Amino acid sequence: MTMRSSSALMRPWLAGAALAALLLPASARAQDHTYSTADIATGVRVFGAQCAGCHGPNGDMVNGVDLRRGRFRRAVTDDDLAKVFANGVPGGAMPGFSFALAETTGLIALIRAGFDPAGTAVKVGNIERGKGLFAAKAKCGTCHRVGFDGPRNAAPDLSDIGAQRTPAALQRSLLDPTKAMLPINRPVTLTTKDGKTIRGRRTNEDTFSVQLVSDAGALVTVEKRNLATFAAATTSPMPAVGTTLSADEVADLVAYMLSLRGAQ
Amino acid sequence: MSRRVRSALALTALVATATLTLHAQVTSDRLVRAAAEARNWITYGGTYTSQRYSTLDQITPANVARLESKWVVQNQVFGAWQSNPLVVDGVMYLTQRPNDVMAVDAKTGALYWIYRHPTSPDAKVCCGANNRGVAILGDTLYMGTLDARLVAIDAVTGKARWNIEVGDVKAGYSITHAPLVVKDKVLVGVGGGEYGIRGFLAAYDAKTGKEAWKFYTIPAPGEPGHDTWDPDDWKTGGAPIWVTGSYDPALNLTYWGVGNPGPDWNPKQRPGDNLYSDSVIAIDPDAGTLKWHFQFTPNDAYDFDAVQVPVLVDMPWKGVPSKLMLWANRNGFFYVLDRVTGKFLSGTPFVKVNWASGLDPNGRPIQTPQPAGQPTYPGNQGGTNWYLPAFSPRTGLFYFSAWENYGTVYRPEESEYKAGQLFYGGGFTVVAPAPGAPTIGIGRRGPINNWTDEVGNGSVMAMDPATGKTKWTLKQFDVSDAGMMTTATDLLFTGGREGHFMALDARTGAVLWRASLGGQIVMAPITFMVAGKQYVSVIAGNSLSTFALRD
Repeated sequence: MTMRSSSALMRPWLAGAALAALLLPASARAQDHTYSTADIATGVRVFGAQCAGCHGPNGDMVNGVDLRRGRFRRAVTDDDLAKVFANGVPGGAMPGFSFALAETTGLIALIRAGFDPAGTAVKVGNIERGKGLFAAKAKCGTCHRVGFDGPRNAAPDLSDIGAQRTPAALQRSLLDPTKAMLPINRPVTLTTKDGKTIRGRRTNEDTFSVQLVSDAGALVTVEKRNLATFAAATTSPMPAVGTTLSADEVADLVAYMLSLRGAQ
Repeated sequence: MSRRVRSALALTALVATATLTLHAQVTSDRLVRAAAEARNWITYGGTYTSQRYSTLDQITPANVARLESKWVVQNQVFGAWQSNPLVVDGVMYLTQRPNDVMAVDAKTGALYWIYRHPTSPDAKVCCGANNRGVAILGDTLYMGTLDARLVAIDAVTGKARWNIEVGDVKAGYSITHAPLVVKDKVLVGVGGGEYGIRGFLAAYDAKTGKEAWKFYTIPAPGEPGHDTWDPDDWKTGGAPIWVTGSYDPALNLTYWGVGNPGPDWNPKQRPGDNLYSDSVIAIDPDAGTLKWHFQFTPNDAYDFDAVQVPVLVDMPWKGVPSKLMLWANRNGFFYVLDRVTGKFLSGTPFVKVNWASGLDPNGRPIQTPQPAGQPTYPGNQGGTNWYLPAFSPRTGLFYFSAWENYGTVYRPEESEYKAGQLFYGGGFTVVAPAPGAPTIGIGRRGPINNWTDEVGNGSVMAMDPATGKTKWTLKQFDVSDAGMMTTATDLLFTGGREGHFMALDARTGAVLWRASLGGQIVMAPITFMVAGKQYVSVIAGNSLSTFALRD
């Protein structure tokens, strides 16, 4: 956490954020996109003392909640988690806690790190701001579809991406799309023996055939015996957003995508 | 034909069938000469050699395109269906999870009976409630159970005749393979290599179920080989047997592949060679004594079970007629052994291998453990595994499923043994092309292949034993657990996780015919004949499908 990128400064419900930032070790400040290992260590201590009694040592003993895997009943963003810590669950079994800022940050870091002290604890910002960025500044909607909006041919449909990926995986895809691209999402170019070219993205493949969404937006099965060439690109056509978006904006985009859970 | 004549004929057929069934005594002599009755499939591997080679010749490369589905049996119990059926005089004996046996009319798929063993809730298996088949002697079927019992079942009525304890279910012992009947005994081993068992092979009197002998796959203090274990490690050292062995009646020796030492991935916790883990053992079926052994992977760090079925082949070796054993091992090497003496004859890698730089003149691997965090090839499931191979004496080729370009990063840890609990010694991750990308492992994860061949691919390999080189390879996109079956017409039947049942040209690997069966094929096909018609059966997903030429 740093002064410049501290999402805590944008959290009106947190007092003394600046002070907390100053108290953190210098090494932690280098991490723009993630919480520090010191944060996670704090979380381990607080969780053991205050939370494990009900949530269990692995955070999975409350019905419908698996903190280690990031499955919550209500919360999506880091702010949501902090509010639940502070207010408890009205009418539920969980009381509110008066945690210091560093303790709250630590617990969020622990959860985001998947309970791994050496894990990566990705920051998850604001859903609404993320939604705005998705449509405008980051131009995600140019290639990705969510619900009824956006194209289907170029890039994966993100309607339920929040149910498929962890915050860390989402952040990786934003910052380094080529490295994070799953093999099945590699753009493929096929040329048939009779001279046709088909571009698209695979949905499934086996020894004899490949299924894809073509760049014309159609579901197509191609028999491999009819192919002259079959190439899968290893470079993602998606631009990395690290230079165009701030760390907080990336956190906001992660929050928005994490909120996309499909039609339920 | 008049109705009366027709019913008279039907009655005659019925009487004939009934008579056959009453006299369907599968003597030990019939088991020895199983190759002479190609219409049946009366042992796990087709014959005691486990070659999975049939002399039936009705289906040929010229007519294979006319195969059509004749009948299907649906499994009502979900999970990878690894059963290998037997066919005896028109009746198929088929197992399903957890410990059911079905008697099926091999011509129509109609069920005669189902036997259901009430498996103990204490039963524990690492890798699926597998029940790979039964053995037969006389008119009795023998099944090992997930709760480590051996059950004798009447082949006509489907009722249990005896039911005995083989191993302690509470301590993690189980049986997942089909027993091997030799003469008047039923031989069966125990699984539980992930639970710190002490493995063994045991023989039981086929009539009474009384134990005849027991051979521990980990030597006790005072026995040869015990010094390959540290003081207490041998008690929980694993070395299970979970795939059926083979038998050479002339040498009077049975051959069994032995599984991994425990804990699986932390060799430092059990220093020494850890005999007879990852070995083949040659056992006298009368006395239960060890004639010889050969260890493929000493002090195994990778879970390289040697649970491949030993394939027994008589062929010239360097010009001299020889009794050989062919073995594509999980550790990525293809071996040729002299099955009389256990002498190592040759060993060559058939996939990328980096855990060893090669084999010394005695076949012992020169181990090259990879630095922490670096991938080991082949990966955890191995270059191949329990997938049943085949050998054709006509082509001289050995056929098996291989996993190529598949690596694993191991994370060894100290494990504490607790009876009946998993005893892994750490864990592993499969090398993925992108962080969090789907990878391959035991069993298929679903009908959509979103892991792609970048994490590894399957191949049908046709190995020339003389050279250790493949004659041909058929690359598959997904990996494959499918077994092989080959015929006197040079057809090779196999499949894979993608659900394509294929007939290949055994000499070239060309795909001559295929059918998409919509579920993973994790077992080997069999072939048999009823009323003059050749059938081929294969299990895909939750169905056993039986094919024959169009009428």
